[in-house]
Amino acid sequence: MASDTSRLGFYLLLAPILLWLVILIILPHIGLFIVSISEKIGPREYETGFDNYAAFFGEPLYWRTFARTAIMSILATVLTLILGFPIAYYIAKLTRGRTKTTLFLMCMIPFWVSELVRTFGWMILLRETGVISNALQYLGLVDGPVEMLYNDAAIMMGLVYTSILFMVVPLVTTLDSLDDSLIEAGYDLGGTSTSIMREIVIPHAMPGIVSGCIVVFMLSLGNYLTPILLGGKDSLWFTGMIYTQFITRFNWELGSAFGFLLLALSSLVVFAGLKLSRQSLIETMGRT
Amino acid sequence: MIPTVPQPSFAKWCYRAYVTAFFVYLALPLTVVCVFAFNNSVFPSLPWEGFTLAWFFGTEAPFIGVFHERAIIRSIGTSAFVATWVSGLAVAVGTCNAFLFVRHEFRGKGLLYMLMLLPLIIPGVILGISILVFSSSVANTLEDATGLWFDGLRPGLILVILGQFSFITTFATLVISARLQKFDPSLEEAALNLGASKWGAIRQITLPFLTPAIVASAVVSVLMSFENFNTTLMLVGSDSPLTITMFDKLKQGSTPVLNAVSLLLIMVSAVLGMMSLLFQGRKR
Repeated sequence: MASDTSRLGFYLLLAPILLWLVILIILPHIGLFIVSISEKIGPREYETGFDNYAAFFGEPLYWRTFARTAIMSILATVLTLILGFPIAYYIAKLTRGRTKTTLFLMCMIPFWVSELVRTFGWMILLRETGVISNALQYLGLVDGPVEMLYNDAAIMMGLVYTSILFMVVPLVTTLDSLDDSLIEAGYDLGGTSTSIMREIVIPHAMPGIVSGCIVVFMLSLGNYLTPILLGGKDSLWFTGMIYTQFITRFNWELGSAFGFLLLALSSLVVFAGLKLSRQSLIETMGRT
Repeated sequence: MIPTVPQPSFAKWCYRAYVTAFFVYLALPLTVVCVFAFNNSVFPSLPWEGFTLAWFFGTEAPFIGVFHERAIIRSIGTSAFVATWVSGLAVAVGTCNAFLFVRHEFRGKGLLYMLMLLPLIIPGVILGISILVFSSSVANTLEDATGLWFDGLRPGLILVILGQFSFITTFATLVISARLQKFDPSLEEAALNLGASKWGAIRQITLPFLTPAIVASAVVSVLMSFENFNTTLMLVGSDSPLTITMFDKLKQGSTPVLNAVSLLLIMVSAVLGMMSLLFQGRKR
């Protein structure tokens, strides 16, 4: 009897998660794939085939945008790591107690705020009539107004800004767990700052580096607001193309194929990152 | 480079300068957004025309403040409605998941746990379009079969709620599971020995223990729902939540009324964020 009620309890607990995962995650993605391999041959008439994928590879604009998005996301990830690592190291190793908590909080506050607000802030700063342009004119460094918005550098800066927290937090967590005495021992044994960084700190921080890089890459790849608002007319981003196919062109078949390609790329990178660092998704993502 | 090992002071100062520059970089965009909310000009840019509160309380065009701009007020209401539902659902399912993963051993547990983490690595736009495609095809099939209309499955608030719920639940599950793992099961056994029923013990002992994590995840869910853009963009119908309304206004060319909304959002997010940390901090 007791085991019957606990069985019932088990199934009652299993029901919500299965409903959630099957109806909202698994079936929609299968559906997305099915739509992506159907070709429209007439009103409400479809047949199966890979025409949408062929269209993607046949049209340079499509695959070039895809490659551009991927390359810029990788670049943004590398930049975020390079810029974020010293900050994480500073917070984890060179501050104590209240200063540490305060700095950590100051890192987090911007990320509680909507991405839209942050991007809006960058638009006010960078536009031709914006704060930085005026400041430069005031200082006499430039003669006329400078337009710093609507180019790839602005996108890159926005991407780094948007995702740096997701690099800093896992790095601080892993660096925190590195015992200072190991670094001291490194110095005692005659190591230089560079060799200690390379031999002790970075290997120890590897799990944090990997999870940070994965999250930042995914966020950049799937970003929509930053490239659309900060980028210019030629700065296409793949998510923008998906949006155009779905909402503007109403070509859901091609849009689904695009979506599936983006999903494949992001999964591939996550998978490769985990394999290279010999970690599992559960260890990397399950850390809270 | 640790405090106990001396470093040349020049290197130390360079490092400090970099850290300072970094925090300036973090604070700069938010600061200008807030400052320009008080600029007495119709554009959120320089020159500075003087201090005004018109972008909050103004009633005369073109200075219509946030509190009198009907589109914005309505979209705040829509966002609050969506956030309430998403947060309630996510916390309920998240709590069930926590009990399932912490208390039960079953075949396929590892696989299910991995599936549960998947929404974290699916880009928001893809999550949005997959739910859009799936619900539309379900709606088409149902409409063909029954001849009735299924508006709930077309882009609109129900889909927005489901779309946000689909990934926010993962966060709720992780936060609540982490707390449940620290629970000492002997407390519950003691309650059972003292004559409590299984459900009574959970309600009287375990759930109060979980409360900080439940409140924290509810607050985080509200915050994430309010701010979500990518998934919402694909699923939105005629009632748009705040981020979508702001995005549309931003594309048309903005007035400082957007700065005023942003300032309010920044304040609310900071308060909610602090609250979630406070509640999570209690578990230590």
